[in-house]
Amino acid sequence: MSNTRKLATLTVLEKVPTGIQGLDEITGGGLPKGRPTLIYGSAGSGKTLLGMEFLVRGSTQFNEPGVFMSFEETEKELTTNVSSLGFDLNSLIASDKLAIDHVVIERSEIEETGEYDLEGLFVRLAAAIDSIKAKRVVLDTIEVLYSGLSNTGIIRAELRRLFRWLKDKGVTTIVTGERGGETMLTRHGLEEYVSDCVIFLDNRVTLEQSTRRLRIIKYRGSAHSTNEFPFIIDENGLSILPITSVKLEYPASTERLLTGVKRLDEMLEGKGYLKGSSILVSGMVGTGKTSLAANFVDAGCRRGQRCLYFAFEESARQIIRNMRSIGINLEPWTKKGLLQFDAARVSEMGLEKHLLSVQRTINKFKPELVVVDAITDFNNLDSLQEVRQMVLRLIDFFKIKDITAMCTSMSSRTGLEDTGVGLSSAFDTWIHLTNVQDNLERNRTLVVVKSRGMAHSNQVREFVMSSKGVELLDIYATPAGAFMGTARLAQKAADEAAEIIRHEGMTSRERQITEKRRALEARINAMTAEFEADVKETEMVLGQEKARDRILAASRKALSNHRKADVTADKRNK
Amino acid sequence: MSTKADPDYGDTGSIKEWNLRLFITDWTPRCVVAYKNLNRICSKHLKDMCQIEVVDLLENPEIARREQIVAIPTLMKMSPKPERIMIGDFTDEERVLKTLGIERHRKRTR
Repeated sequence: MSNTRKLATLTVLEKVPTGIQGLDEITGGGLPKGRPTLIYGSAGSGKTLLGMEFLVRGSTQFNEPGVFMSFEETEKELTTNVSSLGFDLNSLIASDKLAIDHVVIERSEIEETGEYDLEGLFVRLAAAIDSIKAKRVVLDTIEVLYSGLSNTGIIRAELRRLFRWLKDKGVTTIVTGERGGETMLTRHGLEEYVSDCVIFLDNRVTLEQSTRRLRIIKYRGSAHSTNEFPFIIDENGLSILPITSVKLEYPASTERLLTGVKRLDEMLEGKGYLKGSSILVSGMVGTGKTSLAANFVDAGCRRGQRCLYFAFEESARQIIRNMRSIGINLEPWTKKGLLQFDAARVSEMGLEKHLLSVQRTINKFKPELVVVDAITDFNNLDSLQEVRQMVLRLIDFFKIKDITAMCTSMSSRTGLEDTGVGLSSAFDTWIHLTNVQDNLERNRTLVVVKSRGMAHSNQVREFVMSSKGVELLDIYATPAGAFMGTARLAQKAADEAAEIIRHEGMTSRERQITEKRRALEARINAMTAEFEADVKETEMVLGQEKARDRILAASRKALSNHRKADVTADKRNK
Repeated sequence: MSTKADPDYGDTGSIKEWNLRLFITDWTPRCVVAYKNLNRICSKHLKDMCQIEVVDLLENPEIARREQIVAIPTLMKMSPKPERIMIGDFTDEERVLKTLGIERHRKRTR
């Protein structure tokens, strides 16, 4: 036992948690302990902030003081820049949890003649580390050496020595670097010295929204995801959006939740949605998506489940008012605290912030049911591909939390396959609503396109909303066609009338048949009787013939006896 | 000429026209070479008008931070103005003279 444990600790790469939301998850525990990690990216990609947060969280959460050696920003600039993230560097410095050294190298002021080394830097770093017993170091951005000094040969040799020295010191280091050209990751090839862990930060602007992304390029001796992870920087520091899609390990429940619409429950094996599943409700404008969502939430609240409703199209008040008109009263639930609306204009923030905001709200409210109305509202925030990624992450997040989630989706075309975001495969259950216009009226229909893990009805139902609530009706299907709404009623009436007439006709013919059968039976009876009479007569005649034969034989014997015929001859004759 | 490692460099007792400060991290071979080269150049061109103050950063690392020292050896010319900074082991005599302005000074006083 102790042997195996020892073995395990020998082979497993030790990691240091960064404390940065999401980063420890995607790195499987943090950065390699006692080793340097390279973080590179273009200007403004968040390298410095990541480095600083690594130190701040290290000292405040993991009792690992840190040294920040800045080659670009002054101590004052750094302090100001991160104060908006809620980091108070001054108090950390005062309590010996953080040391900042701003290194200035002005090439114009320095003349070089002959050989030198960077021992001055080592001395400063060593002093800073020793002064607070630092376990973490950030060098931001050490590449500045290349612009400050001209002898690149010396710099390269000294950098190599520096990284070896840092490893010997056992400090976990983040080295930042500027993104390089085509042949190198960083401008001066820092990746050459840092071989354990390399992370790339990117900041792209699409559709006027900037999106930050993080990718692990390399993590020696550790499994890592090669995906790009969006991240944001806000008042809580850096947040990398969750992992998800990395592993599909969700609790798979067989528990069921009623939909709030009786006939819909029946269409889903009579039991409703699967708990923890994701439900897509697609349809064009005015097809009743929100109403279906309201039923879902209402049913949840009736069971005492906490429900969270993300409304991106209407305010909470509008939804409550509108739903009251179809007999769903959500207000008591909000008052009871079971139902919470989170209404926001989508354009207020970028895609990543939305995703994060949704997650934060969920983590705070801890709902069992969630409605996102509508996911297609995100479409104009970014490219469809980005939106798709986000929705996938969102669904994964719901699944991990075992939340039953309903997402509505506004489809732009009438086609069934159009979910608005092209994501139907990500959902467990897909309900499609349509508007059918015929005979000067519009009628709503509902169909369960798919529902994983259950046998579901494939029938299209008429979806009727009235002050009594939401109802599903059978579509009136006849050989002449399918009828809904007024047409359904009219056709039904007409058909019923025809039915009566037909029914009456049928009964008279039935009577005729019965008569015929009775006549037929009578005739059969008569013929049977006649036949039996024949049989009896034949038997009688046959009996008379046999009697006559017997009499004839007897009389012949008597005659021969009488003639005294020769007995032997007689015997011989026999 | 005096060797001092005092953080406040309070050595203004002997007023020399040339005040140079050499930063080293202990007497490593390179620092020894640098000091010897510098001493030779100064003796040759400035005679006893020059004072070289040697500061060992290992004895007081805080100075490295205060004076923004990165490379070793680093030489600072404190006076006469303008202040100049040189790094290296001063093998190129002409370069040292030029950077420190010694040649110009020599011409002027001639």
